[in-house]
Amino acid sequence: MTTIAKTLVASAAAICLGLSAQAQSSAADPDETQTSDFRTFEPTGAEWERFRSSGEITQEGGEAVYNAVCAGCHMPMGQGAVGAGAYPALADNALLADPSYPIYLILNGQKAMPPFGGLLDDQQIADVVNYIRSSFGNDFIAEYGEATAEDIEESRP
Amino acid sequence: MTMTRRNLLEAVGMAAGSAAMYHAMATLGHAQDSTYTGRVVLEGEPNGRRVLILGAGLAGLTAALELRSAGYEVQVLEYREKAGGRCWTLRGGDTYTDLAGVSQKVAFEEGGYLNPGPWRIPYNHHAVLDYCKRLGVKLEPFIQKNHNAYLHRSEAFDGKPQRFRHIATDYRGHIAELLAKATDQGKLDAEVTESDRVKLLESLRSYGILNDQNAYVSSDATSEYRGYEREAGGGRDGAPTPSSPLDMTELLQSDLWTWLSDPESVHHQSAIFQPVGGMDMIAQAFAREVGDVITYNAKVISMLQDDSGVTVRYEDAQQGGDPIEVTADWCVCTIPFSILGQIEHNLSSDKTYAIDTMYYEGSVKFGLEFNRRFWEEDEHIFGGISYTDLPIALISYPSYDYLSAGKGVLLGGYVWGADAYQFNAMQPDEAVKWAVEYGSRLHPQYADEFAGGVCVSWHKVPWVLGCYGIWQDKDRDYTAAVTMEEGDRIVLAGEQLSYLPAWQEGAILSALDAIQQLHEHATNR
Repeated sequence: MTTIAKTLVASAAAICLGLSAQAQSSAADPDETQTSDFRTFEPTGAEWERFRSSGEITQEGGEAVYNAVCAGCHMPMGQGAVGAGAYPALADNALLADPSYPIYLILNGQKAMPPFGGLLDDQQIADVVNYIRSSFGNDFIAEYGEATAEDIEESRP
Repeated sequence: MTMTRRNLLEAVGMAAGSAAMYHAMATLGHAQDSTYTGRVVLEGEPNGRRVLILGAGLAGLTAALELRSAGYEVQVLEYREKAGGRCWTLRGGDTYTDLAGVSQKVAFEEGGYLNPGPWRIPYNHHAVLDYCKRLGVKLEPFIQKNHNAYLHRSEAFDGKPQRFRHIATDYRGHIAELLAKATDQGKLDAEVTESDRVKLLESLRSYGILNDQNAYVSSDATSEYRGYEREAGGGRDGAPTPSSPLDMTELLQSDLWTWLSDPESVHHQSAIFQPVGGMDMIAQAFAREVGDVITYNAKVISMLQDDSGVTVRYEDAQQGGDPIEVTADWCVCTIPFSILGQIEHNLSSDKTYAIDTMYYEGSVKFGLEFNRRFWEEDEHIFGGISYTDLPIALISYPSYDYLSAGKGVLLGGYVWGADAYQFNAMQPDEAVKWAVEYGSRLHPQYADEFAGGVCVSWHKVPWVLGCYGIWQDKDRDYTAAVTMEEGDRIVLAGEQLSYLPAWQEGAILSALDAIQQLHEHATNR
């Protein structure tokens, strides 16, 4: 598909979907071979990381993993959510001080929360554990130390 | 007059009622593929008639209907503003607000809908079918297997979707040819007797549409199954042109065969149904019967039992405010364990363990509306499912209102696992944008015809926090969870307490077992 044709399709889709111009802004394509696949919109830089391999979470780095998975329930700012039941807030949460607690929960699940040990690798879990312990008003790394991929490996059930 | 089997059954039925007739039928080899044995019978005087039912999904609604008809005084507490729970349909004019507080206003044309939860009723889900019959819910066929829908993998056949009939017929033909050759060459002589060998070859020629030389080739015969290159017509130019089978290696390497057995499982094989107008027609029918005893917008905050009964506290789901306390002699709790685990209760430690160790699976569905039914008009796909390895997993075309003018709504994705987590983490409009993108790779018409869409991610559904419950160790924990012990005033029910998880049949069968236990306890005192 030519660039012009793709832009036209993308514009049409943007109108259909009521997308903001910002969502349509195209960043540099990290992988030129993927460009030809997109028919209805131009992915932004972060969007290129979505669904790079169907059935897997391929994002790397704590923030990227958090935004790809955890943010769905714990919410983008870690504020949690309340309905008939609740998803606990991670923001300003002293339970995250020691990394062993979030490591255990992520590997094994907790009540309605599914286990993620089979979905995320050691490094992804270590990164996301450190991310939530140093974000949303949390600042526990200096005092309690960082989680490492080795910590995750040792904690796996 | 000779006593035929039918005469015998009629005689048994007249003499002893339908339950006896059912058992007689079972003995004679009919009606043996379900644990549902017909309408529940609760006889005898209960000690304490007041029952609280928590949750107005299909389990709670079943319990309410049957217990009231047995003479109990029932009250149902429901978190939502309407009945049905996961038996739910979104139509034009509906607004759905998820756990993040994001509202989607559904703008589908009249008649179009999305069933975010259950969407199919197999012929062997006898309880659901029986309640549909009793409550007057009209059913229509759900097209599960459509030979003209697509199978698609990005890396197979240059990303071009393939018709189901091509993959199914050619796969069958090629393996039949291989097996026929092996048989003919005597390579299976250790496995089959001489007389079986003859029958096996004969059956493989029939099964795989092989020619006299046991070969699967382009011919009128094979084209009658996979379709002609140029279709048969009439008049002067009517002769068809046979089509050519796909190359065996390319077919095997494509992995498109992975979906061929999908429509064959007992929960998906024909006949399979859907309620006319949307799955929540079942919920609406139940609500017509028991809606007068349902308290809506009631968020349960505690559930405590003692020797004399049950005390439940709830608050207004929207406004909060002072809790309201209600008491009863008995309680049927159908609250999903994802929610129940966060509610104060004094159930046994075994039950508490089962509740607290059950996690809830995520799942995502998309309802996409298009300006015209291009899948019917351009591609001759009427209902059924196309499968893909893209993150949307499948596209299901509406099994209703075929050939109608105006817009059409299809299921633009039904997603589990890692991809469901990623969609769950998006805002609905962003997720819909991706569903449109991926769908366009099977149907380029998406780009021009898309009108609007809705996305439901079950982890963000406020009243269940997930799609269905997953046991950590079902063999170990199930019995304690489903059993009403001596002294219990509360019994648990729901799809998670069945061996048909995530199916409405499981929810109803669980509820029927729960109320029978409750009734036994109530009449033994």
